[in-house]
Amino acid sequence: MIDFYLNGKRRQCADVSPDTSILELLRTQLGQTGTKEGCASGDCGACTVAIGEPDVSGELRYHNANACITPAYQLQGCHLVTVEGLSRGDALHPAQAAMVECHGSQCGFCTPGIVMSLFTLHEEQRRCPAPLTQERLEAALGGNLCRCTGYRPIRDAALSMDQYPDTHPVWADDPELAANIVTLRQNTATTSEFASQGHFTAPRDLAALRELKRQRPQARLVAGATDLWLETTQQLRILDDLIDVRQVAELNTIEETPEGWWIGSAVTYSRLEPLLEVHYPTFAHLMHRFASSQIRNRGTLGGNVANASPIGDTPPVLLALDARLILDGPDGERELPLAEFFLDYKKTALKDNEFIRAIFLPRPSCDQNLKVWKLSKRREDDISAVLAAFAWRQEDGVMRDVRLAFGGMAAIPRRALGAEQALEGQPPCVKAFEAAKRSLRDEFQPMTDVRGAAEYRQMAASNMLERLHLMLVAASNQNTDAEVMLDAYAH
Amino acid sequence: MRTLTDISQDSSQARRTPDAEDHRAAGSARAHESAIKHVTGRATYIDDMAAPADALHIALGLSPVAHGRLTRLDLEKVKAAPGVVDVVTIIDVPGHTDIGPVFPGDPIFVDDEISYVGQCLFAVAAESHKAARLAVKEAIVEIDERPASLDPVAAAERGEFVRPTHVQESGDWQQVLEGAPHVLEREQFVGGQEHFYLEGQACLVTPTEDEGVVVYTSNQHPSETQKLVAEVLNIPFHAVTVEMRRMGGGFGGKETQASPWACIAAIIARRTGRATRIRLPRAEDMRVTGKRHPFHNRYRLGYDDQGILLGGDITVIGDCGYSPDLSEAIVDRAMFHADNAYSLGQVRVTGHRAKTHTASNTAFRGFGGPQGMMIIEAAMDDIARQVGEDPLTVRKRNLYRAGRDVTHYGQKVEQLELLHDIVTQLETKSDYWARRKKITEFNAKSSVIKKGLSLTPVKFGISFTAKHLNQAGALLHVYTDGSVMINHGGTEMGQGLHTKVCQVVARELGLDLEQVRITATRTDKVPNTSPTAASSGADLNGQAARDAATQLRERLFDFAAEHFFKDQGGLDREGMRLENGELVAGEGESAHRIPWGELVQAAYMSRISLSAKGFYSTPLIHYDREKAKGRPFYYYAHGAAVSEVSVDTLSGEYQVTRVDILHDVGDSLNPAIDIGQVEGGFIQGMGWLTSEELKWNEAGRLVSDGPATYKIPTFGDLPPVFNVELMQGHPNSQASIYRSKAVGEPPFMLGMSVWSALRDALSSLTDYRECPRLDTPATPERVLMAAEALRQRQVTTAVVEETSDDLA
Repeated sequence: MIDFYLNGKRRQCADVSPDTSILELLRTQLGQTGTKEGCASGDCGACTVAIGEPDVSGELRYHNANACITPAYQLQGCHLVTVEGLSRGDALHPAQAAMVECHGSQCGFCTPGIVMSLFTLHEEQRRCPAPLTQERLEAALGGNLCRCTGYRPIRDAALSMDQYPDTHPVWADDPELAANIVTLRQNTATTSEFASQGHFTAPRDLAALRELKRQRPQARLVAGATDLWLETTQQLRILDDLIDVRQVAELNTIEETPEGWWIGSAVTYSRLEPLLEVHYPTFAHLMHRFASSQIRNRGTLGGNVANASPIGDTPPVLLALDARLILDGPDGERELPLAEFFLDYKKTALKDNEFIRAIFLPRPSCDQNLKVWKLSKRREDDISAVLAAFAWRQEDGVMRDVRLAFGGMAAIPRRALGAEQALEGQPPCVKAFEAAKRSLRDEFQPMTDVRGAAEYRQMAASNMLERLHLMLVAASNQNTDAEVMLDAYAH
Repeated sequence: MRTLTDISQDSSQARRTPDAEDHRAAGSARAHESAIKHVTGRATYIDDMAAPADALHIALGLSPVAHGRLTRLDLEKVKAAPGVVDVVTIIDVPGHTDIGPVFPGDPIFVDDEISYVGQCLFAVAAESHKAARLAVKEAIVEIDERPASLDPVAAAERGEFVRPTHVQESGDWQQVLEGAPHVLEREQFVGGQEHFYLEGQACLVTPTEDEGVVVYTSNQHPSETQKLVAEVLNIPFHAVTVEMRRMGGGFGGKETQASPWACIAAIIARRTGRATRIRLPRAEDMRVTGKRHPFHNRYRLGYDDQGILLGGDITVIGDCGYSPDLSEAIVDRAMFHADNAYSLGQVRVTGHRAKTHTASNTAFRGFGGPQGMMIIEAAMDDIARQVGEDPLTVRKRNLYRAGRDVTHYGQKVEQLELLHDIVTQLETKSDYWARRKKITEFNAKSSVIKKGLSLTPVKFGISFTAKHLNQAGALLHVYTDGSVMINHGGTEMGQGLHTKVCQVVARELGLDLEQVRITATRTDKVPNTSPTAASSGADLNGQAARDAATQLRERLFDFAAEHFFKDQGGLDREGMRLENGELVAGEGESAHRIPWGELVQAAYMSRISLSAKGFYSTPLIHYDREKAKGRPFYYYAHGAAVSEVSVDTLSGEYQVTRVDILHDVGDSLNPAIDIGQVEGGFIQGMGWLTSEELKWNEAGRLVSDGPATYKIPTFGDLPPVFNVELMQGHPNSQASIYRSKAVGEPPFMLGMSVWSALRDALSSLTDYRECPRLDTPATPERVLMAAEALRQRQVTTAVVEETSDDLA
């Protein structure tokens, strides 16, 4: 049974199969059809809902998510808010009123999703008002496709929401709601078995997870489900043996040490962002191009690494930063450099009964540089054709500890060791970079696919090195005028 | 009814609108009639409709190969799968098996020959959507696969066409080409486009108590679906009712291609006696339905030293996919728009309709027009580089003008002043020349980032080129509480048609907009309707609704003149009017005023009909296909856009940094809705030419079959500076509805300015001596490759120059 709140009312749903999505639950079992299916792959945002979970002080915090690829069982102990739950009788929520008055809907099919993304943005603003910069708006709305309006009226609605009377949804009046949810969560069994037609097990601690992995090594691990759930919506696979790691306390911590941070593998991108913004702003910037807020709110760093896709965006960055992993399981734990984790296309060093417990992100040295450049057809919310992550230290006019890692260039995310060597200990001169580019051409034989031709990938990767060269030259000449990147891409 | 409802004085007072701006119900920026329903989730789309609990869900079995013969289709395991109730193939179709909308060629299910990946082989009905989809996987399909023809140019060379070639000729173009001081010869590939309506294809069918069905469908052409469903079931048309409340986007993709699913669902509904529903999962939707036609264009154009076109020879090849669908008219429209806003001189335009093994390409906003215009916009840029002028100068020189105002198909271009005014006003508003100077200076100094600027105009012909479609009907009811119901043949897909039509009726009847309601489009209310397409929705249906309202109004005037104030000799029929919820007769102090509700109730009690049907057919239009001459368009809609881009020549990535648009809608019916169409059309057009890339693999399977791989513009693609205005002071020169103009399609083509600006930026790599070939969509990949080609050529040229210097 799934026990949760929907628009302020408690719901208990029984007989739900493990691979049911929130969207399916809403539309087919609960008769709530305001939330739409546009793609069933987490790419269009038509199904956007808001999920409220208590923070440390017990207050409900809402984030937006794609209902189409979020497991229904993950609603356990949450407050789900849908487009039906925002207005107060005839009085519209500011997100809704602004959309009407700005003419923000045409066909209206994407509108419920857009309203929900505006709602979570409005909640953020209520809690902690901050200027609505273009970057923030893109971060909030980049995951909601609209085919009719061209977005201008939606931008206007986002910018003008705060000028509308702050009409609260009816459920916001309920002082007990947050407390009830906290209680509900406390009363959920430590290792809860939810599903009647298979397993959807949500352990709360590491020991329980180890034990489950011992008993059911074949069970699939699920965290954000942002990739896994496509197996059911797109390929119609039956997912009936799942272990949800979202509740495992040890996988949800960020542990700071003098050398860096151990990031629990179930930490979502959204939770990681503040840390990255302080220490690795370049990496933080990538997060916004990497995925929509709906995905960043659910997807995890551990998931992106374990998925081992050659076009996953964080692995090259982590490779360039010499990240390490702790793998864990019933047979104990072991530490592994990330570079040794990826073996072949979608093959990793992870054993059947193992899981990634944490990812170690080293603290940047004061002279460390990092550049992350992503190349895709569309700037936002697109999968990379090529992703390059370059890290190095500048020491006495030469480059040291050079790391050049690429995604989209091979069957696995990989460093270009030869090109690294060509630059190591060299000043940023033409000769060194020409040698690095030559080496790059030998090291990678990229493929042609829907995202780009091999020739393009090869040329673009080489040009990324060229850009790095131009940047270093410009910096050494203190020529700050020389533009070598577009504003919206620069970081 | 036995008694009439009480109409309180208060409520009729309250309905009067004091606001001066709202006074004219038509012409004001009213919100979309469904806006509140959209934002609260109450707006119902097909898959949201409650159906009987025993409704069946249908999934389709699709061909995995592009071309071949179906040798075995074993569905035993499908039938035995859990939850399956019915399985149908071609042999189960009671009536017609070909559902081609205009010409034959679209079998409802494959019989023998398979023509594309995604063609429908069979359908499964089961107790749940998932059960039906899972059952499909149980089919055993054997196909004798044959090589697929995927290249439209090769198909055209082999003479493989879905329809005959059409040629338009004006003057002695051969002699012009021979004598021209300069000749430009180029070719271009213009990519297709997926509609990506957010609501996929969907329908719900319920069987009726007689032999028929009621079809609820997301559909731009209910009457055609009615016809096809009736033919497939082999029953009379009056046994089929099609209802369509709203679409979650259409864009042309639900004009012909919404019907097959309705036909399949209808067959199963009749066989099982149960309601049936279909919704296509996104990837299937993208594979089985046709798209905007990719085009291959070739042109040879003669021009003088000023860059003015003298004439030439243009050939377009539309990639139609496997069947005719609407390709005859679509390629025609590409040909009609090969001139865009410029006089071509003496020219031949040839249009081929190539047959390939892909889904049958179909209507999409612009209907071939955009693909045709790309020729001449490319040529304008190319010619400008050749004669060493700014592309805008060359464009202005070539605009239709007095003495050069007849198109290659013989239609005179009216409103020449408007076309020139738009361009010159936009030139000023956008500060074109000052920005041009800055950009040129910037580019001279910047080696990696290059900026580009371009102004492109649009002249788009309004009317269906199939003459008979230019008709519309409407049905108006007034109820005895004074509320008004209007229905018409048009469909609402987000474009605000229903809002505009309600505004027309409110204006004609002097009522507040809230008193006029529109409900679902239904074939039993207004019959034999045309598709909502060709931007014609408001033009045609607005006029039909106005006709109905006018008839009713005149009828009420006749009645009122006789009925009221009999003791004072009745009312003055002359000058009688409906305004602010009242009938007003006479002027000033002595005017008599009768509240609308009272008027309506009195008319009812006196047995006057409170219902009227309206009709409209567009005047003046004709086209003689034999002679390829005529006036196919009632009028032209115009516009222009200036776009500025910054291009990263190391990666091919770019940003559209500023866009200025001035667009002609005549006298706007609703400026807010019109601006929405202009902005949305522009962004969609920009997407078509930039990030939206359709890719098929070598076997003919669409690999860009979802939003993960097919990238429509998103929030961040909205230009940071986006100034959009409607052109003022130029009412339509033709008597369209309140002198407004159609706005659905024309702004789409404003997106060409982005593509042209990209070429402008790249051209700076050659110091503006050359303009690169840039096929579309101009993805970062294509832009980088074009930049690289120019750089290579520069290097080669430099080497050659150096070498020749040495020799000298």
